[in-house]
Amino acid sequence: MDIAELQAYGYFALTATLVVVLYGYIYHLYSKKKDADGHDYEDYSNMALKDDITDTPVSAVSDDKEK
Amino acid sequence: MENRPLEYDYTVAKMFMFTTIVLGIVGMLIGVILAFQLAFPSVNTILGEGLAEYTNFSRLRPLHTDAVIFGFTLSGIFATWYYVGQRVLKVSMAESGLLMFLGKLHFWLYLIVVAAVVVTLFMGITTSKEYAEFEWPIDIAVVVVWVLWGMGLFGLIGIRREKSLYISIWYYIATFLGIAMLYLFNNMEIPTYFASGGIGSWWHSVSMYAGTNDALVQWWYGHNAVAFGFTVPIVAMIYYFLPKESGQAIYSYKLSLLSFWGLMFVYLWAGGHHLLYSTVPDWMQTMGSIFSVILILPSWGSAINMLLTMKGEWQQVAASPLIKFMILASTFYMFSTLEGPIQAIKSVNAIAHFTDWIVGHVHDGVLGWVGFMIMASLFHMAPRVFKREIYSKSLMATQFWIQTLGVVLYFTSMWIAGITQGMMWRAHDEFGNLAYSFIDTVTVLHPYYTIRGVGGLLYLVGFLMFAYNIYKTMSARPVEESELQNASPMGA
Ligand code: HEM
Ligand code: HEM
Repeated sequence: MDIAELQAYGYFALTATLVVVLYGYIYHLYSKKKDADGHDYEDYSNMALKDDITDTPVSAVSDDKEK
Repeated sequence: MENRPLEYDYTVAKMFMFTTIVLGIVGMLIGVILAFQLAFPSVNTILGEGLAEYTNFSRLRPLHTDAVIFGFTLSGIFATWYYVGQRVLKVSMAESGLLMFLGKLHFWLYLIVVAAVVVTLFMGITTSKEYAEFEWPIDIAVVVVWVLWGMGLFGLIGIRREKSLYISIWYYIATFLGIAMLYLFNNMEIPTYFASGGIGSWWHSVSMYAGTNDALVQWWYGHNAVAFGFTVPIVAMIYYFLPKESGQAIYSYKLSLLSFWGLMFVYLWAGGHHLLYSTVPDWMQTMGSIFSVILILPSWGSAINMLLTMKGEWQQVAASPLIKFMILASTFYMFSTLEGPIQAIKSVNAIAHFTDWIVGHVHDGVLGWVGFMIMASLFHMAPRVFKREIYSKSLMATQFWIQTLGVVLYFTSMWIAGITQGMMWRAHDEFGNLAYSFIDTVTVLHPYYTIRGVGGLLYLVGFLMFAYNIYKTMSARPVEESELQNASPMGA
């Protein structure tokens, strides 16, 4: 097997892996619906809608520190 | 110290808004001149034979592309970053003296680089690589500017109050990382003066790659410069500004995450479509075509997500010229990401490559999508950074229609011109003799070039109206904090 052939196989394997990872991610998002902190993904739209400096963050950095 | 409530600090955003507008005018004016030069060659010597060196098409073309890409678009990206970044991270630049300093330094160095680029390109100093024309000393300065932006970007993320990064932030980070990688690899060059022990000009360099390899790296860069300059950061803008201006939550936040990773995954492999039928390995060309077609999915994922965000709220599109700009931008995004994959199919590319159809594709993307979205973003920002209502809504609506007409004239004329060109070049008689000579195509294309010139001129006129509207906004009626929730306040 020469280097070009190796490259082609390597490339194919990488692509296949990435496809699996991407579909896995889709499955994860739609089956779990919430992230590790328990926030519904859809709540994150509020980061743009409620973005005054006095608005409460969707998930505040300071919450982490209090835990 | 006086105890004022904390506010977002838009100093740096304002500076970049200014360069977005000025460099937009310069770049588009040169574009219009180029368009008329192609239609009427005498425009090449418009300032007389003596100055022909500076006014001819080949000297001005890189000035157009670099002014609109690295001047107008990049300034727009920076301006929106310094605005959106603070807001969705809920942290003000005023909270950090260091970030403020980095931001200002970023701006002033950027301006110096722009000046250096304009002067050198006018002098004819160029590496001759498309979208990477700058010689090595400027390349080094560009890297410094980029690193400064990166420090500011990650610095702001570092002191944020909001733990999660809003989807737009992901896109800005991708812009930063993507361009950094591409720019470095494509601009690997050897300064000939130093390598040869003192021959030639000190600023001159040659690429470190040669032949097909050079072409491959160049189009891996060129294509992804489109990806990370004309797509990724513009998507960042629409994901913030459209929901914000309309007061609607993104239709599906999950879909936005998916499209992000999908886009990152697919885009980097598609550059081969610029080199179809060239000397690069065949499998690479095929791969470029296939990935280009797949690229429709993540692109439309974002675009449809934006259109659906307006679900049940379509009356806003009719009522607000600002929303019109964004919806049309999103539509043109869908349009050019459908057109691109079609052109990437090998048999279609055999006709389209080297023709005006490509130039048409470029401009329905950049005028309809990039230009519209950047102007819409600045329109939304203006009342908030100047604390005044947008000077005139009717001027804005007029601008919208003039520019839409301009874009349509531009791409339709280029489609007809491009396909005519492609067909004429390959037409032959039964013995294989070419049916037409080059000049035959030139004659046939003349009317379409004129139409393109007129379309471009309309777009430029609209852009001047935009500039005037923003300028007048600075002295318009002051607005209350409460007026700035969603829809931007506009004067008659
Ligand atoms: C799915 C997305 C897209 C695909 C698959 C695609 C595909 C293509 C193809 C096949 C070409 C012609 C290459 C040639 O024959 O020379 C091209 C050129 C180009 N496209 Fe796209 N395109 C896409 C989206 C876009 C968008 C959204 C923009 C800009 C906003 C854009 C900007 C350009 C530019 C600037 C060139 C010209 C490069 C040059 O030759 O200098 N493309 N694209
Ligand atoms: C006023 C509007 C504009 C006009 C009249 C115009 C005109 C032109 C012309 C005549 C060319 C040369 C085409 C050729 O070589 O055959 C060109 C190339 C180009 N323009 Fe524009 N332009 C305009 C605005 C813009 C904007 C706003 C952008 C980007 C944000 C842009 C990006 C480009 C690019 C990337 C190319 C190179 C295309 C290629 O190599 O295929 N233009 N433009």
